[in-house]
Amino acid sequence: MNPELIVFIIFGTVSIIGAIAVISFRHPIYSALSLIVTFFSQAGLFVLLGAHFVAAVQVIVYAGAIMVLFLFVIMLLNLGTLSAKGALTGKLKGVAVILGILLAVEGVYIAVRALKNDTAVASDVAKESAAALANKTIETYDIGRLLFSDYLLPFEVTSLILLAALIGVIVLVKRDKQTEN
Amino acid sequence: MDINILEHIVIPIIKVLFIAHLLVIGVMVMIWSERRVSGWIQDRLGPNRVGPQGLLQPIADGIKFLFKEDLIPNHVDKPLYVLAPAMLLIPAMLTIAVVPFGGTITIEGLENPISLQIADINIGILYILAITSLGVYGVVIGAWASNNKYSLLGGLRSSAQMISYELTLGLAIIGVLMLSESLSLKNIAAQEGSEWNFLIHFPAFLAFTTAMFAETNRLPFDLAEAEQELVAGYHTEYSSMKFAIFFMAEYMNMIVGSAVVVTLFLGGWHFFGLENIGGEGSVTAGLISFAIFFIKTGVFLFVFIWVRWTLPRFRYDQLMNFGWKFLLPVALTSIVVTGTLYIATDGNLLWIGIGNTVAAFIVVSIVAGILALDNNSKAAAQDTSAAPLRQETLTIEAIE
Repeated sequence: MNPELIVFIIFGTVSIIGAIAVISFRHPIYSALSLIVTFFSQAGLFVLLGAHFVAAVQVIVYAGAIMVLFLFVIMLLNLGTLSAKGALTGKLKGVAVILGILLAVEGVYIAVRALKNDTAVASDVAKESAAALANKTIETYDIGRLLFSDYLLPFEVTSLILLAALIGVIVLVKRDKQTEN
Repeated sequence: MDINILEHIVIPIIKVLFIAHLLVIGVMVMIWSERRVSGWIQDRLGPNRVGPQGLLQPIADGIKFLFKEDLIPNHVDKPLYVLAPAMLLIPAMLTIAVVPFGGTITIEGLENPISLQIADINIGILYILAITSLGVYGVVIGAWASNNKYSLLGGLRSSAQMISYELTLGLAIIGVLMLSESLSLKNIAAQEGSEWNFLIHFPAFLAFTTAMFAETNRLPFDLAEAEQELVAGYHTEYSSMKFAIFFMAEYMNMIVGSAVVVTLFLGGWHFFGLENIGGEGSVTAGLISFAIFFIKTGVFLFVFIWVRWTLPRFRYDQLMNFGWKFLLPVALTSIVVTGTLYIATDGNLLWIGIGNTVAAFIVVSIVAGILALDNNSKAAAQDTSAAPLRQETLTIEAIE
């Protein structure tokens, strides 16, 4: 057993356990903490793939910033333990079931595809590129170069969307203040 | 094969042990010097009874903490209450791993020169930002698990403060990264030979340092543990060794923060060529470079203490205003100006340095002007409106 596989198994197991814990814990604080554990072990998986930059960003943005906001809101609203029955009722339950089935089908499809690719002859090219990627550390330089050349348009569009969201928040807050006065 | 074991296992383990112990001893020295320096600043003596000049005082304190009853109050959330101190201490210790504390040493018989750094990863500075951003959970979780209103308020303040100042922390270093073209702390420090980065990026240096103070929860930014309002803030319910771990983590964060500032802005292990005495890569040069780094970090730690006992605490709305309206624009300006001038003047560091300072000055004046106008119009509105005071208190409550 090579060390990479051991590390993969550790991070993979931890992230799955964390994900299950997110939906199993009754208390939102514990769920949020489990989500942080999941994000963190996913960052570990990224490091294993040689994507150091993505791993760092995963921790900074998701485990660091977003989850702090989650915790902040949970603590600010002082959310207590959720009762087992109260959370999902009526229509929500139906939606949850449909989404769950959809997710399960997707998961099975991806798993089957992956297994087929592993054995099929046609995917030699895919295997080669995957092998080439596996041995290469993706440098920050490469990501920056791609973002500002091949993916310039999506990059700029994303920044516009973020800007729109930012302005939207300010407008909403300002309107509240005006109605108060 | 033997030599590989030496290089890949024995030497890294020595480095890790050395730095980890240095960090813990550093914490003890810091606690002693904080109390002695504060005594000196306030014209009193400070602890001077245990050992020469009171140097053994931290050890006495540590023994006291260890032998105190390890009390867990009944009303707390036990698992998280126990976990919180560790969640603060571990990130504080992990960050030091990527800080280079000296040049390289070449020893005959070894294949590769020994780098005086635990791990030189190519995203070093991002690693530091990532791990420090995890440190806030220790405070927040400890505050929440204590099940105490004062603790919770401290935790809320701390998390809001961390989110606000982390942005400045991240943005202020981008100018440095643009010029050094690397994210590895070793490369950044190695390029700083004669031009220390704080000369070129002076506003960014000030913004980064200020944000660093806020991230370490030090005065004037220690709103999370404001004694007058919150008893002791997030660690109100903690006693004995658990409190000591919170305390240690705070000082470790300071030490690591100073080391990062020294690496990024104050020239790392360089000091006007002094680091090359005895030839580049020799053992003497390595030791001297380590000493230079050590002294620089020490001087910066003294600044930490100096500021704490000089400046009073901010009010909470002042803290937020300062972070968002002054520090963030300054950090953003430094990115724009550095980038533009790098292209315009073909990488002339003198012009970039002057441009950065002038631009930051202009931005701060504009913001200050706008705020002054805003305050004037608010004051005018208050003179005419019927219930101005109530409105003010409401906004403050809403912020809290």
